[in-house]
Amino acid sequence: MTEAVLAIRDLRLAFGSRRSQSAVLHGISLHVRAGEKVALVGESGSGKSVTARLAMGLLQESPKVHATGSIRFDGIEAIDGGPEIARRRGNRVAMIFQDPTSALNPTFRIRGQFRDVLRSGGRRISVADADARAEAALAEVSIPDLKRALDSYAFQLSGGMNQRVMIAMALANRPALLIADEPGTALDVTVQAQTLALMHDLTEKRGTAVLLISHNLGVVREFADRVYVIYRGRIVEHGTTAQLFRDPLHPYTRALLAAIPKISGGGLPDLPERSPDFESPMITHEGCGEPQGFSA
Amino acid sequence: MTTPILQLDQIGKVFSADGHRVTALDDVSLGFERGECHAIVGESGSGKTTIANLVLGLMLPTSGAILFNGVPLPGDRSHAQKRSIQLVQQNPLSALNPRRSVGASVRLPLDVHAIGVSADRRQRVEALLAEVGLDADMASRSPRGLSGGQRQRVAIARALACEPELIVLDEPTSALDVLVQARVLQLLHRLRLAHGLTYLFITHDLAVVRSIATRVSVFQKGRLVETGGVDAIFADPKSAYTRQLIGAVPVVTDEEAQLREAIRAGAPGTGTAAS
Amino acid sequence: MSEPGSPVLPKRGGSKAVAAYFGNPLSVGGLLIVVVIVMLAALADYVTPFPDHVGPIGDFAAMNTGPGETYKLGTDTMGRDLFTRIIFGYRLSLIMAVVVLAIATPIGVIVGLVAGYKGGWTDYVLMRLTDVFLAVPPLVLAMAIMGFLEPTLMNGMLAITAMWWPWYARLIYNVTRAEAQEGYVLAAETVGASTAHILFREILPNCWPSILTKMTLDVGFVILMASSLSFLGLGVQPPTPDLGSMVADGAKYMPDAWWLSLWPAIAILLVVLGFNLVGDGLREAFEAEG
Repeated sequence: MTEAVLAIRDLRLAFGSRRSQSAVLHGISLHVRAGEKVALVGESGSGKSVTARLAMGLLQESPKVHATGSIRFDGIEAIDGGPEIARRRGNRVAMIFQDPTSALNPTFRIRGQFRDVLRSGGRRISVADADARAEAALAEVSIPDLKRALDSYAFQLSGGMNQRVMIAMALANRPALLIADEPGTALDVTVQAQTLALMHDLTEKRGTAVLLISHNLGVVREFADRVYVIYRGRIVEHGTTAQLFRDPLHPYTRALLAAIPKISGGGLPDLPERSPDFESPMITHEGCGEPQGFSA
Repeated sequence: MTTPILQLDQIGKVFSADGHRVTALDDVSLGFERGECHAIVGESGSGKTTIANLVLGLMLPTSGAILFNGVPLPGDRSHAQKRSIQLVQQNPLSALNPRRSVGASVRLPLDVHAIGVSADRRQRVEALLAEVGLDADMASRSPRGLSGGQRQRVAIARALACEPELIVLDEPTSALDVLVQARVLQLLHRLRLAHGLTYLFITHDLAVVRSIATRVSVFQKGRLVETGGVDAIFADPKSAYTRQLIGAVPVVTDEEAQLREAIRAGAPGTGTAAS
Repeated sequence: MSEPGSPVLPKRGGSKAVAAYFGNPLSVGGLLIVVVIVMLAALADYVTPFPDHVGPIGDFAAMNTGPGETYKLGTDTMGRDLFTRIIFGYRLSLIMAVVVLAIATPIGVIVGLVAGYKGGWTDYVLMRLTDVFLAVPPLVLAMAIMGFLEPTLMNGMLAITAMWWPWYARLIYNVTRAEAQEGYVLAAETVGASTAHILFREILPNCWPSILTKMTLDVGFVILMASSLSFLGLGVQPPTPDLGSMVADGAKYMPDAWWLSLWPAIAILLVVLGFNLVGDGLREAFEAEG
């Protein structure tokens, strides 16, 4: 069994001042092994996105964020954020966001942004080398006119093209882990399907581990090897994709799967929006425990 | 044959800005039967939002006519014509005025169209809220404290207050969580049957279409690509574009996956027997 | 429970705004200054030691004396108590500010609402007119108007009002343009509501935070503007006590009779500061409300 690149243990998070805190995460544990595609799926407000941002070390600097537990990545402890994880961003760990067009800087051409990415983590690389690598990276995501794309600003490209550029940039430094937060949700369904397939194939080929954050169980089923279902700051079910979709065990997962409209028809079942059952203890499918002596 | 409640007759819509002319709708003719839930499906740039705006009278077609109960709708609509075509919007956060109470928002159509006597309107508001599954004391509350699903129910109650014949549903559940979406879709379905409403349901989500619509019309770049009964289209989509759209839907069951594979392959679906 | 048809101020949002306001010591300090000044001005007849010094004649035995036992802040060249005249000056300034804003605000708000919502030619004509007024420096415009008219209190207020409404038109125009994009405006339109309803019952309530904030800030600025006109001899005429005139008159006797100008100047500073702090506090409070 390969080692975990990311191992989160008993992660708790509260927002607010010392006087009034509201707890957002109540002890999340999850891990992603090298080359593995893991999904964290939940509805809005479940805490899935803050988990991703904590793993990137993006929230910890705020005085209103109180995180405890452990986030082990690439041999370091990132629970308190800090320069160690900052140095690895865009380099050892990369992130893709929901809306690619606004995630790219509107004031710089793609070419310049690519150079910055390739130089991240203090690497020295000549302009010519950077451009050559940028072109190669864009070719890999099937962008037709490489020179034109590099000389464009983000707003001059379509949403689908920007998503491809984002994927190419994220993978340019061959990170060990890619965190994709609702990738392509802002795009049309056909474009979303294409970019997800592209991201799947490319990370597969490179052996990049992926943590996919999504509210869309269909996307998760298509993309991930293993799934964590999160509900109101707690993991409620954990299993391989096959286990979870064939045999959902937790009441919340079952409700979600039943509530999703299906192209095969079948009407909509009568389900509550909330239920005490949804808070019942976590269910872990066979062979899917958290690793014991972890050393990410 | 009965007159369709709504008929688009050779509608064309061209937008021009800075010397560029963009054709949003190109020679679209389409009828909507009374009591059906007719889904308009397409991706961005398909013209589906333009159809909604034309039907609501927010813009005028460049060519062609819109007939409501057989009568062409004029550019300047009467009160009665406005009242009979209502809208439920996509974004529940912005659809309610944050500085007016829920009750005031639902009551507005009653006052505008002088529905019922003034003294009874308070009861009518409470009855409308009850009909969409909200408590009567919601009337005095501000929309600020409400969830997305609750807000969307209020918006539906406001549309119902007009006692309309046709409701344009513009992606009414795409901003909602799955469990909330299921409840709102159920509510919409129940209301259509109870009030004999006709829905023009704008969406990009084909699974939602399958679960709530009776007819579906697929649009691509301003043109009507395919129209027909929902079961027929999902059983055997004729156009390549419809097949491509259904083929791109992320699915969660094996049954769906089989249907999708069959549609991608171009053969009639096998999973449809179950529906 | 309130009538379903009546607009409500949201409870949760409202208390959040109140908490944000009183959580800021500067805002609370500003409110204290404003309350004290308004109370003194309102009760001027009772709280001032020499209310009859409002007129042209004071205590000729004590002309031009510095701060002391009887006259805490000193007297002016006519032997009138400076403290008394400052408090009455506040009263006049506040009345002017209220009158100016009570006229300028509705005009500007209506122009802004109509231009912002209607768009097209209405927008073009109204906002170009507004721009013309905004292009002229306010004091110059007021001086020009006062040059044509008698320098009376009434005309002073007229001049200030004429140059004040365009700021409200511009502000509310921008707010309206943004609000008109909101779904609730579209909803009111599709329901069939009248333009008047949409402007005054739907959009205007969402402009109140901006209007209230600006009005509070403006009380200080109107007082400053009125004082500037008086300083230039274009405003209130003697013997009516006016803070700007007092600074101007006293300036001739600087630095020997320093109290003549200093106290009225500090008085202007205080009232402008107080209203500014309140205005800033309100803006932050409304932002916290979201």
